[in-house]
Amino acid sequence: MVIAIPLIWMVLFFLIPFAIVLKISFAEMVIAIPPFSALWEYSEGVLNIKLSMDNYLFLLTDDLYIRAYAKSLKLAFISMSLCLLIGYPMAYAIARSGPSIRNILLLGVILPSWTSFLIRIYAWIGILKNNGLINNLLLWLGIIDQPLIMLNTDIAVYIGIVYAYLPFMILPLYTNLVKHDYTLLEAAYDLGAKPWKSFVFITIPLSLPGIIAGAMLVFIPAVGEFVIPELLGGSETLMIGKVLWQEFFNNRDWPVASAVAMVMLLFLALPLAVFHHYQSEEAL
Amino acid sequence: MNKSGLVRFYPFDEIALFTTMTKEKQKISANADNSKPYIEIKNISKSFDNFVAVNGINLEIKEGEIFALLGSSGCGKSTLLRMLAGLETPTTGEIIIDGRDMASIPPFKRPINMMFQSYALFPHMTVEQNVAFGLKQDRVPRNQIKEKVMETLKLVEMEAYTKRKSHQLSGGQRQRVALARILVKSPKLLLLDEPMAALDKKLRGQMQIELVNILEDVGVTCIMVTHDQEEAMTMASRIAVMDQGNIIQIGPPSEVYEFPNSRFSAEFIGTVNLFDGKIKEDRPDQVMIKANDLDADILIDHGVTGTLGMKVSVAVRPEKIIVTREQPDSKYNWTQGTVEEIVYLGGFSTYYVKLDSGKQVVATQANLNRTIHERPSWDEKIYLSWLPVSGVMLIK
Amino acid sequence: MKGRTSTRLMIFLGFGYAFLYIPIIILIVYSFNASKLVTVWGGFSTQWYGKLLEDQGILDAFWNSLQIAFFTACFATMLGTISGYVMARFGRFRGHSAFASTITAPLVMPEVITGLASLLLFVSLERAIGWPEGRGKLTIWIIHVVFATAFAAIIISSRLRDMDLSIEEAALDLGAPPLKVFFVIVLPIIAPALLSSWLLSFTLSMDDLVITSFVAGPGSTTLPMKVFSAARLGVSPKINAIGSIIVAGASFFVLISALVSFKMEKKRKKEAEQAFEAA
Repeated sequence: MVIAIPLIWMVLFFLIPFAIVLKISFAEMVIAIPPFSALWEYSEGVLNIKLSMDNYLFLLTDDLYIRAYAKSLKLAFISMSLCLLIGYPMAYAIARSGPSIRNILLLGVILPSWTSFLIRIYAWIGILKNNGLINNLLLWLGIIDQPLIMLNTDIAVYIGIVYAYLPFMILPLYTNLVKHDYTLLEAAYDLGAKPWKSFVFITIPLSLPGIIAGAMLVFIPAVGEFVIPELLGGSETLMIGKVLWQEFFNNRDWPVASAVAMVMLLFLALPLAVFHHYQSEEAL
Repeated sequence: MNKSGLVRFYPFDEIALFTTMTKEKQKISANADNSKPYIEIKNISKSFDNFVAVNGINLEIKEGEIFALLGSSGCGKSTLLRMLAGLETPTTGEIIIDGRDMASIPPFKRPINMMFQSYALFPHMTVEQNVAFGLKQDRVPRNQIKEKVMETLKLVEMEAYTKRKSHQLSGGQRQRVALARILVKSPKLLLLDEPMAALDKKLRGQMQIELVNILEDVGVTCIMVTHDQEEAMTMASRIAVMDQGNIIQIGPPSEVYEFPNSRFSAEFIGTVNLFDGKIKEDRPDQVMIKANDLDADILIDHGVTGTLGMKVSVAVRPEKIIVTREQPDSKYNWTQGTVEEIVYLGGFSTYYVKLDSGKQVVATQANLNRTIHERPSWDEKIYLSWLPVSGVMLIK
Repeated sequence: MKGRTSTRLMIFLGFGYAFLYIPIIILIVYSFNASKLVTVWGGFSTQWYGKLLEDQGILDAFWNSLQIAFFTACFATMLGTISGYVMARFGRFRGHSAFASTITAPLVMPEVITGLASLLLFVSLERAIGWPEGRGKLTIWIIHVVFATAFAAIIISSRLRDMDLSIEEAALDLGAPPLKVFFVIVLPIIAPALLSSWLLSFTLSMDDLVITSFVAGPGSTTLPMKVFSAARLGVSPKINAIGSIIVAGASFFVLISALVSFKMEKKRKKEAEQAFEAA
């Protein structure tokens, strides 16, 4: 049936690749094209399967990787929280506006995210540099006399991630909040509840699916981010996405890169499951 | 209101709804000639996983009949309708239309057309294109299409709206276009899914009568589904009362109303008083019942029989109960009570009377007396009575 | 009390917008900076835009990106529409959530993982059956279609869920076979969603860096790859210039499609009001 076509496409080009990554993670690096050893050999009627656990042991023992994983999870989590803190009031404000303004306001949030991700990150380089815009402005105003070091630090990465992913937090939140029945809140006021109480006990719980969807939409990609730590981060901003890239492109160590990817997937398995669960629920 | 003849009212709404007996007589007599059923529904069932939506239904519909499936939501009526349309496949059973088995025929090849509750007009097409759509699928030549479309639009009085789109029409107008869209194909069977549900109350009464007139003019066989008993009674020549996938009773509206075959039917249509009791005496053509709540025994003198001591219910409609200040002469079919509540509706009043046993009885009387003093008042002790022919004995 | 909260919220919202837009505005402003030092204003000049036109590398990369993006958009919209229709209409078949999860998985997956996996797939395929020969525009296109389809499927399926199912059933009932119903009834009604999917897929493809880097080959450098390698070396007004063009182009697309749907909505509202008064 025709249903099969997209399914086949996705299975072929999305699921099978993951199986291959898994396979390669058990290989050894060799100087060859492609640069990994074969996992099995069939000679004289005997099938030899050689799975090397070296890559995974390497990850476990070399503390660079452990630190990179930990840092990635931490950065992603804090950025997600910042996005939530900034994005929730914005989504709420838009959802509460009149129907005609609402769409324009929403468009205003979505528009930046439809322009180039890369360019938007690049824009911050010029702003955060030592002789960049912020420093020049503060120096000129006399507020500081030494440039603040902002670029190539963790701070720059936080700013970058929040800046890039904020619309992805706002959109699911808005979609949820705009469906709220405000007569519920009015009923609460009528029964004597103070506004902040209604907010905490009615609005927030009802918006939970939106919060989770937005949080996952930020957290999961942020864990594996490469561009932002590469352009805005420093040498001590160890993120696992950057590590993977370097293993692959600089060290040409495909097996280790594969192992890094599999472990990353392991960490993300739970958030991914949560995301799909809430996605299908919202869809219903 | 419109056609003359006997005026009958169904006092199950605060506002009296008038219809005509003659119309019903006409419908029945016209179909009396066709003895062979046009539509046969044989032992149709539908189960979804473990839930039985339709449970072995058997129906025979005559050509030109307007038949109503009446029941509350979840009773299976819509599922049955969709199986007729071909949108659901029956788990068991056969559907035969004009001698042809519909089992292997997909919905787009059946000589059946359905009007959906939301009317489902194609939003990107004009009224004319909507109505022409069905004919185009049948590959009718273009000039014939145009002619038929205009003819049908005239029938529903929408010929001035050909170029409009559905969002430019009101609810009533959309209904007419939806009707034209299916009538133009001259189907063997027309299905209506809650035809009046999307209209506001004011429009409903008027449209019910108009719709029936159009259907009768065209002479098409029609099965409609509704939860609104007034709608069923007004529009259909025969009704099937459904509950939980089963048909409880089939018959013309007057028969279902006056001779319900079960508590369910009695309670579903209109208001009814049900008196529980035991059979005390069984004579030929008469039964006497000792009722728990009444002062006198109940006598029913038409076509019933039963065993002594059998537990039964007797249904008496409110309009059959006579309210008097003096004790009636008869030995049977009366009781005493106190007026708890009166609802005055101009033409008649509804009395809610509390009996000594605590049971509440509803009685409706025409206000033949113009002054309030001549009618029973609150907290007054009065007598309720009725004729032996008015009670219906129910066993189920 | 409510009014005051709203004002505070609106001010916060204003700051939010400022946060989102100011960096882009600065980027565009400094693309017209006569001085080479990006952060010191040296007068107004359009020289950097001129220099772009002379840079053959950038022009080639731009052309590559355009080609890939166009075909990605077309294919992803097609596959996304089929997937979206299945997800929305056949909600109950066994394996439904597996289907939906598979189709939408690329949505959140970190790009480095998807990129690595895709490359390894192509390498393995090449070793096994000799195709694809090396990496290039074809392999980039294939993977772009994979993740763009995910987005298109979401858009189409949510639009279909809002659409009255009875309309399709009515068309069937009136005699149109299922395929005809899809092309003559469903597609015209969801046309705006199809346009959105196309535009979104195009934008995603034009902008993708990480996955593309993994599966690209010699001669298939895309615009983002070019910009990235330049940006790694530091800021330069030329990058600001190309950046401004990209941002302006994408914004143009978005605004056009928003304007079109806004106008259609207005027209629809007006006509509905007319009907109301007439009735």
